[in-house]
Amino acid sequence: MLSKKLTTMGLVALFMSATASAGDHTIAQNSKSFKLNGSQVEEYTIKAGETIHFKNEDPFFHNIFSLSDLKTFDLGSYPAGESKSVTFDTPGEAEIECAIHPEMYLLLTVE
Amino acid sequence: MKLSTFGQKNLTKKIATALIGVSVVIGATTAAAAAMKPSSEDVKKYLRPMEVPQGKNNISTPERVELGKVLFFDPRLSGSNFISCATCHNPALGWSDAQPTAVGHGMQILERSTPTILNTAYQRFQFWDGRARTLEDQATGPIEAGGEMAQPIDELVPELEAIPDYVAMFEAAYPGEGVSKETIGKAIAVFERTVVSTDSDFDRWLKGVNGVMSKEALRGFEVFKGKANCVACHDGFNFSDNGFHNIGLKDMEDPGRFAIKPIKVLKGAFKTPTLRDVALTAPYMHNGAYATLEEVIDHYNAGGFENAGTLSPNMKPLKLSKKEKRDLVEFLKALTGDPMEVAVPQLPVN
Repeated sequence: MLSKKLTTMGLVALFMSATASAGDHTIAQNSKSFKLNGSQVEEYTIKAGETIHFKNEDPFFHNIFSLSDLKTFDLGSYPAGESKSVTFDTPGEAEIECAIHPEMYLLLTVE
Repeated sequence: MKLSTFGQKNLTKKIATALIGVSVVIGATTAAAAAMKPSSEDVKKYLRPMEVPQGKNNISTPERVELGKVLFFDPRLSGSNFISCATCHNPALGWSDAQPTAVGHGMQILERSTPTILNTAYQRFQFWDGRARTLEDQATGPIEAGGEMAQPIDELVPELEAIPDYVAMFEAAYPGEGVSKETIGKAIAVFERTVVSTDSDFDRWLKGVNGVMSKEALRGFEVFKGKANCVACHDGFNFSDNGFHNIGLKDMEDPGRFAIKPIKVLKGAFKTPTLRDVALTAPYMHNGAYATLEEVIDHYNAGGFENAGTLSPNMKPLKLSKKEKRDLVEFLKALTGDPMEVAVPQLPVN
């Protein structure tokens, strides 16, 4: 039982390290803006197959979503400190917003 | 009404400069009284911005303000020639109408309350559901809406063109652009951007004036920022996050923002309104559910109610004491600005 748990944890750790390596991007929600390394970002480019982690750094809820043809998703509402991830497999453009704070806007290009 | 942006700007700048000096002296000598003074963060967050936002490609001019004001007060902008913008957005009633929900064309009772137009210049989205991004886009919406002013614009334009004084005013305001839906919307938007809150006791306190905020109001401000966490949504100079939230009103079937953006969290969500002059704009909420500020505080203290939508995760029971609730109300009353004097314009007749 213990070894099964450890194996599971090991797999989870392996998965996390895989997802946190190359091809990963963290975009924060901070002061009701999308921010990359502390600077506001409204346009961003990644490569197909890469993942964006949307991390809430504000002391209130955010709800990131996109209704773009490229990818439709709704990450739901999540509080300060939490992060939710989306992988973009197909090239194209996606408009990403916060449902609660619609002035937050990110135009993502997937190459 | 105080319309001079530039005068306000200079005054604010001078007072802010003076405040820095005053704060340094006070900070050095009376540390014990610091809690009664605004923090530097309070001043930065809540002090009036230096300038009122302007419309893109629609900068304010005296001619545009004058035209917009005349249009705003002219009942001929409605199908019945009986309802003007000012009928519902009445400056004597906090630029609203004191009704639970708006009364429109043919005395129809509408579903949503009339929002104040105070400080709409600072809003990023217009209407309760935010369906218009700019005041220019918003301004002609109620004119055309069948339940509101019920006036087709293609009939309004020749009506106004038949009044030479109006034609001259449009030409002075927007040379060469004529009378059109666009110029009507632009002129009203420019006027609406002059409807800006005046200084309240809270503003004077931020600027370093002693004794203007009662102890109750000062305690209420702490509850507002702290235990009640009102600032999760009502934040900044205009006390709004420009966001949309379902705050858990009872018997609520209105989809709100969800009709514009079909995202689950937006079911029953409405725009966070300003709290400037809030004591003047009862009843409250988008559906006029509450008659008093005390009832509003009780609603939030309960954490809202389940409804057909998705309750905002920011809503939770607050467990406020009676004293804290009273203090909160006193703080909200301290956001009432000095009385505005609004001169009703003579409308063009020829």
